[in-house]
Amino acid sequence: MSAETTVQEQAPKAPSKPLFTAKDRKLITDPLDDDNPITVQVLGICSALAVTVQLKPALFLCMGVLFVMVFGSATISLLRNLVPSRVRIIVQLVVVAALVTVVDLALKALAYDVSKELSVFVGLIITNCIVMGRLEAFALANKPGPSILDAFGNALGYSVILIIVAIFREFFGSGSIMGFNLIPQGFYDMGYVNNGLFILPPMALILVGIIIWVQRSRNKKLIEAN
Amino acid sequence: MPNTESNSYTILFSAILVVAVGVLLTLVFSWTNPSYLKSVELEKRQNILSAALGKSVDREQAESMFDQYITDMAMYTADGALIEDGSETAFTLNQAKEVKKGADEERFPMFKFQNGDTVRYVLGMRGTGLWGPVWGFIAIESDLNTVFNANFDHKSETPGLGAEIKTDMFEGQFRPKDGNAKALYGDDGSFKGIRVEKTGKVPQSSAEYQHVVDGISGGTITSNGVSDMLQKYLQAFTNYAEKNGLKTQGQALLVD
Repeated sequence: MSAETTVQEQAPKAPSKPLFTAKDRKLITDPLDDDNPITVQVLGICSALAVTVQLKPALFLCMGVLFVMVFGSATISLLRNLVPSRVRIIVQLVVVAALVTVVDLALKALAYDVSKELSVFVGLIITNCIVMGRLEAFALANKPGPSILDAFGNALGYSVILIIVAIFREFFGSGSIMGFNLIPQGFYDMGYVNNGLFILPPMALILVGIIIWVQRSRNKKLIEAN
Repeated sequence: MPNTESNSYTILFSAILVVAVGVLLTLVFSWTNPSYLKSVELEKRQNILSAALGKSVDREQAESMFDQYITDMAMYTADGALIEDGSETAFTLNQAKEVKKGADEERFPMFKFQNGDTVRYVLGMRGTGLWGPVWGFIAIESDLNTVFNANFDHKSETPGLGAEIKTDMFEGQFRPKDGNAKALYGDDGSFKGIRVEKTGKVPQSSAEYQHVVDGISGGTITSNGVSDMLQKYLQAFTNYAEKNGLKTQGQALLVD
């Protein structure tokens, strides 16, 4: 598998090259599982804890991260031969900060309530290690096409975990999903209470821990040798 | 291909990048800002209305309901002198700027809510929390004494601690419960206002409790900020009411 892709990579562009080669597909699928930014690389944990109390803000943050990563990667990849290496981190930061500001302004104009709810966390996308990490590790050395796929894949991998955590936290913490109450009033009358621990940030860490546990027990590649 | 490692190239590249980003952000800002300001304005209408109605108001309806129910508004100074200023209304008043002006110059906004015979006065308030500003609206019944409702918001208080001021648990204390409403005047007729105190400091059974709401445990500085804010704006409103004879409209100033 890896030998095949290496050959493909070195070969000149064949006219019959499919739209998505196996390598391209791997750029998207790897971060979903084998190389998940949150559960395997343990990046971007901060926002995974902070905005997963409810599903809706989590979804908006995921879209924000996706937008910033895709356009950031595309921009940095297009500029990769022009960026002086001494200031490359600052250049990445400026590009990411500009995109985040665009997201923030757009949210304020189009989804005012959500922007209030996310408040500082939109700004904190700038410091999300996944964004800068992929720019530095991938986009700066690759063509725009693969860079966009890589950014897209990593943003999806990040989103999947955020969404799973948010669903659990909102359901058990508030008895609802996307703000719709799912637990019938009868349950509450019989003495059921929402679990307040799910609202608190530590529960997100515990959930991420459980996800890592389940993932590692299923995915043999992630089991360390010792 | 220019030498990307030379000093002059690095400086030129940085300058171009920063200017390009600046232009882009300016364009996006000027495109998005009008609808942002519109949302802020609608939210303000919403908050004033929900304080006066005691229930939440849809943002879409805020504008028409505001025109329907808010029949009058006024601005006054801390000692209660009415301000006539053609250029600004109590609604357009920027309280963030007003609080910085100092005690003598600050203008205090008030909105008169009228629905049939029900009249309430809604006061716009702004104060300081732990990390940033806190603000809110409090609705006073037409007896100019009983508190009907209040809502609060904040910029950056700590979630779970100071940020609890915008939850129903805190705001709900301003609503009349089991016939016990919060009151601005003590039984002796002197102004007391509403304070935020540590839970249990003033026993619920005491007469003093009608001037007290329970603070947020762990959010003492925010609670104190809200307390100071309430005192300041309620005092100014009382001064205004006493000076400008709101009672001449047929309402008693004090209710025994």
